[in-house]
Amino acid sequence: MKLTEIKDLLRCDVLTGGDDLSMEIETVVASDGMSEILAFAYPGALMLTGLTNVQSVRTADIAQVRAIIYIRGKRPDAKAVNLARENNIPVLVTTLGMFDVCGILRDAGLKGGM
Amino acid sequence: MDEELFRQTYSIHGRDFDKAGETAAHIKQILRELGLDAGLVHRAVIIAFEAEMNVVMYADEGTVTFTLTEDALKLEIADQGPGIEDIELALTEGYSTATDQMREMGFGFGMGLPNIRKNSDDFNLVSEVGKGTTVSAMIQLNSSA
Ligand SMILES: Nc1ncnc2c1ncn2[C@@H]1O[C@H](COP(=O)(O)OP(=O)(O)O)[C@@H](O)[C@H]1O
Ligand SMILES: [Mg+2]
Repeated sequence: MKLTEIKDLLRCDVLTGGDDLSMEIETVVASDGMSEILAFAYPGALMLTGLTNVQSVRTADIAQVRAIIYIRGKRPDAKAVNLARENNIPVLVTTLGMFDVCGILRDAGLKGGM
Repeated sequence: MDEELFRQTYSIHGRDFDKAGETAAHIKQILRELGLDAGLVHRAVIIAFEAEMNVVMYADEGTVTFTLTEDALKLEIADQGPGIEDIELALTEGYSTATDQMREMGFGFGMGLPNIRKNSDDFNLVSEVGKGTTVSAMIQLNSSA
């Protein structure tokens, strides 16, 4: 499904990349552990995380993640958002928690990582 | 002939968490520009990133050298740091001596070295306590895993 539909489902704020949310998302990787993201993300996956530092964006870039959604209303700092912008990774925030976000996206037909 | 087509060395500074990952991101850029297979690039940058993070987390100074030949992509990450006493243990999934602060940053789940090994066609770890650690990883260009 399209990222813009995911944004509506999870009632997200968009911090960067909002001009084009038309990309197709098929798989999701969800973790606060960066090694886990690296080990389990398919290239092109959507990343869900509660970790908001600049390393979360670095990890997303390395893992070829297509977009990041920060959960529990946690907002990344300006450094992190800027790095995401430089790498063309849309950044969204939802107030929902990890369990609910995963449940909603799974019900919507999205799949997990490897 | 295993002639070198490309070689570059980067230096990494221990504890510099803000810059951590820049080298791996740069290598990704180069490999993409060279037109390498996306799956190979994926494996290579995961290796580079996890190894770079280990230098940042545990060592003082280090270098990443990446070499490309007709047949293979090689990454060598060498550091001057505390070294690893029990290599077998360090390679065990879940084993980590990371601090709470590192865990809060999302690292220190004991998956780095296992991830590196898993993504390598050939993997070698040499370490001397008090001196440093060298991780060598090779990816075959004609392999498809
Ligand atoms: N370059 C290094 N220098 C010293 N110790 C290291 C180095 N790389 C790894 N180690 C040791 O091996 C352990 C496991 O490493 P790794 O699998 O990357 O997991 P993590 O970094 O999450 O702890 C580390 O916790 C650390 O004790
Ligand atoms: Mg590690």
